[in-house]
Amino acid sequence: MEFFRISRDIPFMRHALVFNIVSLVTFIAAVVFLAVNGLNLGVDFRGGTVIEVTYGHAVDFTRVRNAIDKLNLGEFSAQSFGSSDTALIRLPLKEGVSSAQLSERVMGALKADDPSASQRRVEFVGPQVGKELYENGALALLLVSIGIVIYLALRFEWRFAVAAIVANLHDVIIILGFFALFQWEFSLPVLAAVLAVLGYSVNESVVIADRIRENFRKMRKATVTHVIDSAITRTLSRTIITHGSTLLMVLSIFFFGGETLHHFSLALAIGICFGIYSSALVMAALVMWLGVSREDLVKPERKGITGEKVLP
Amino acid sequence: MNRYPAWKYILIGVALAFGLVYTLPNFFPEVPAVQVSSSKASVKVDNTLLATIEDALKAANIAYRGAELDPLGVKVRLNDTDTQLKAKDVLQAKLGDNYIVALNLLSASPHWLASIGALPMYLGLDLRGGVHFLLQVDMKGALDKAADRYTTDIRSLMREKKVVYSGIGRESSNVVLRFKDDAERTRARNEIEKAFPDLLVREQDAAGAESRLVAGLKPEAQKRIQDGAVQQNITILRNRVNELGVAEPIIQQQGGDRVVVQLPGVQDTARAKDILGRTATLEIRMVNDDPGAQESARTGSVPFGNDLLTDRNGEPLLVRRQVVLTGDRINDAQSGFDQRTNEPAVHVNLDGTGARIFKEVTRENVGKRMAIVLVEKGKAEVITAPVIREEIGGGRVQISGKMNTREANDIALLMRAGALAAPMEIVEERTVGPSLGKENIEKGFDSVMYGFIVLAAFICVYYALMGVISTMALVVNLLLLVAVLSVLQATLTLPGMAAIALTLGIAIDANVLINERIREELRWGATPHAAIQAGYERAWGTILDSNVTTMIAGIALLAFGSGPVRGFAVVHVLGILTSMFSAVFVSRGIVALIYGNRKKLDRISVGQVWKPTAGTAAGAPAQVKGDSPALASAKAPAISNKSATVPAKP
Repeated sequence: MEFFRISRDIPFMRHALVFNIVSLVTFIAAVVFLAVNGLNLGVDFRGGTVIEVTYGHAVDFTRVRNAIDKLNLGEFSAQSFGSSDTALIRLPLKEGVSSAQLSERVMGALKADDPSASQRRVEFVGPQVGKELYENGALALLLVSIGIVIYLALRFEWRFAVAAIVANLHDVIIILGFFALFQWEFSLPVLAAVLAVLGYSVNESVVIADRIRENFRKMRKATVTHVIDSAITRTLSRTIITHGSTLLMVLSIFFFGGETLHHFSLALAIGICFGIYSSALVMAALVMWLGVSREDLVKPERKGITGEKVLP
Repeated sequence: MNRYPAWKYILIGVALAFGLVYTLPNFFPEVPAVQVSSSKASVKVDNTLLATIEDALKAANIAYRGAELDPLGVKVRLNDTDTQLKAKDVLQAKLGDNYIVALNLLSASPHWLASIGALPMYLGLDLRGGVHFLLQVDMKGALDKAADRYTTDIRSLMREKKVVYSGIGRESSNVVLRFKDDAERTRARNEIEKAFPDLLVREQDAAGAESRLVAGLKPEAQKRIQDGAVQQNITILRNRVNELGVAEPIIQQQGGDRVVVQLPGVQDTARAKDILGRTATLEIRMVNDDPGAQESARTGSVPFGNDLLTDRNGEPLLVRRQVVLTGDRINDAQSGFDQRTNEPAVHVNLDGTGARIFKEVTRENVGKRMAIVLVEKGKAEVITAPVIREEIGGGRVQISGKMNTREANDIALLMRAGALAAPMEIVEERTVGPSLGKENIEKGFDSVMYGFIVLAAFICVYYALMGVISTMALVVNLLLLVAVLSVLQATLTLPGMAAIALTLGIAIDANVLINERIREELRWGATPHAAIQAGYERAWGTILDSNVTTMIAGIALLAFGSGPVRGFAVVHVLGILTSMFSAVFVSRGIVALIYGNRKKLDRISVGQVWKPTAGTAAGAPAQVKGDSPALASAKAPAISNKSATVPAKP
């Protein structure tokens, strides 16, 4: 079986402008969603209390809301989680209310209302901790980006480093854009997924960059555009198979991993799809426009040749 | 041609053996157990305890699967949860308060596995259920308390050195003295600096022509006090957690001013919170030594206004109900030695008010006994009841005589426990019920299993025998990853299980790269042996590069992540390492085993290798199998690409 039977190099770079415009439009849309809707930050980052309660039967949300209303805790939300007999109650931080006892008071009220209520999970994050988690997340994102730029600049060339990080940070923004658009909850595991995607789709850029460098060595007479087209075409099969495999595992997490990993796997899936697009079509085009040339990449081989000449 | 040196096979063999042995414990089910550990440093867990436990169980007719002694305590395996509960009650009644008897689950893996350190993976709270608390220590409170202590000390120093001052008090975390005379101020400054090297003393002239002296803690002393406060709170928390009977509690400092408390398996979170947040109170009361009153107390009628308490050895003691001092007047209690007799002693430091009251009480009661009482859970216990030898002023009290060093330590600790060094507040809580934990394990396991089955099936079909080899490498990867996680006892969380699934998806990338390269080499007409060689060698650089970038992200997550993110990152990083070993090293080993010894190899089973024929456009390609010997050796197959030349063969 062989899926990809391509006899000519596909002239990707001829359409580079189109790809980049598509990419730019998606990017701007993501930024707009982020600016207008903002991220629906979970309890991890915003602070507050989350209580997962399960009943012996389908949840009657009116009763749940009434029971909690009586406690006068201010704003809260109650919705179903995973299945119809599980409710997720979110309580924002409130000054003056001792957070440690909050969950007990809520559970007490719910149990009094319906004895079949049982607590499955409680998460409480104080305001200071939430802020720190948020800052640490941002710092991690920054450090990952810097680390990757340095590595690629050393291993390849600065043009690749810049192009790869631009292309991949654009993936990150697009994932965030999806989360803003659909108001999916942005939690710690989602942040982990976003950072993993960053590392993972750079890996895709590396494979293509590697091929471009190899092609520069081999295809001595070819133009830069042609070298890049050939690199993308020849790695296409691997790209699709690899990402397909990873996507397969991610879908498996999505379907079998339960509600907790739902948004985590969703972030990974979006990231993987856009990772392919941005690495193959955006990164390569950026490298081309940044003016990469054969001389930038094949220096070591010349030294080898002069070395050979010295030998008799 | 593609032979592999023997040492590489030995290495693979060793890795496989390691993987199998250390993965093995994870397959054994868990059995209910009871774990007995000591609740006091002074109580040893040894073979006598083991014998006592076994005797008690036999006496109560409780069947058990074996009892063993390890550094943590004695573990007894039982047949079911009913006998587990029965055994716990029997042992707690038999052993008393000096031991903690906790319920636990232990792996049923054979003893020889545990003895070589092969343990099942350490499951996080989201997989086994339990409570996680992050407590923040109020550092300002700790510093204020220290300043209170210094206020007392400086006051007695001034009296001792006969320095005249008009007032002393604490302002925020500084001690402020007021003087009418500048010369006295200079003298006071010199004395304070000499006596307390930890203080930074400044002269300050307030607006109302009053000269002031401000003494504050030096930064390094502040740090020491804060560290001490956290340490002390940890000690107190540990004592309280012991009461909960948790088998494997984790109580650790996190950062400068936080303490993490993890209690796996605790169901009653309300009680856990209550016990952790409780403050024990310390009271100093007078002992009623009146023989008549003591006699009537012994016969059962306790005189009005008195309590019959017991001391730590179980001896009854009649104590007056009136409280002389409470624990919040105690700034500090440390064990040490009596300077004159060199006997072990406890040094207690009282605050200003406490010192004044103490002076009065001791003046009026020389020769009598005073009891130091710890009230916890509504139960009062006399820690010690020393005789007052003389009037004690200045707030510095020494308790000595009839105690050894260990007892002095215990008394100091208990007195400190009377008041936390600094208040604590829960800033993060994560509670997971046991049923949710079990469900999470199943979900995590299902995502790995189903994903893996589909992936393996696809790779085997697409790449034929090379695909089977890739799948074998993937199995080795999974085996090694689980083994490494078990050996390191890294905490496995639900995101961690997702990371295992993700790692498998990413790990296949290396094999896809290799297999695609081999196909490509065959397409350009390389011989099978050369294709394998080139496939592995050329792909290696790419694999390395791409894994390094993934690794950078993983390490950043590890450094900045907390809780679930860290659980994900640990598995992710370890998975990258094991996948590089298995995808390249192991798969190549298997390839060499299958193809390496054949001198004349005319086909590699890597699935169909499609070749473009000369002049054909992408439309109707003639399909030529890569295993055709005639074509495999053909030179430079024509390609429709104008400029691309045949890649140089290695």
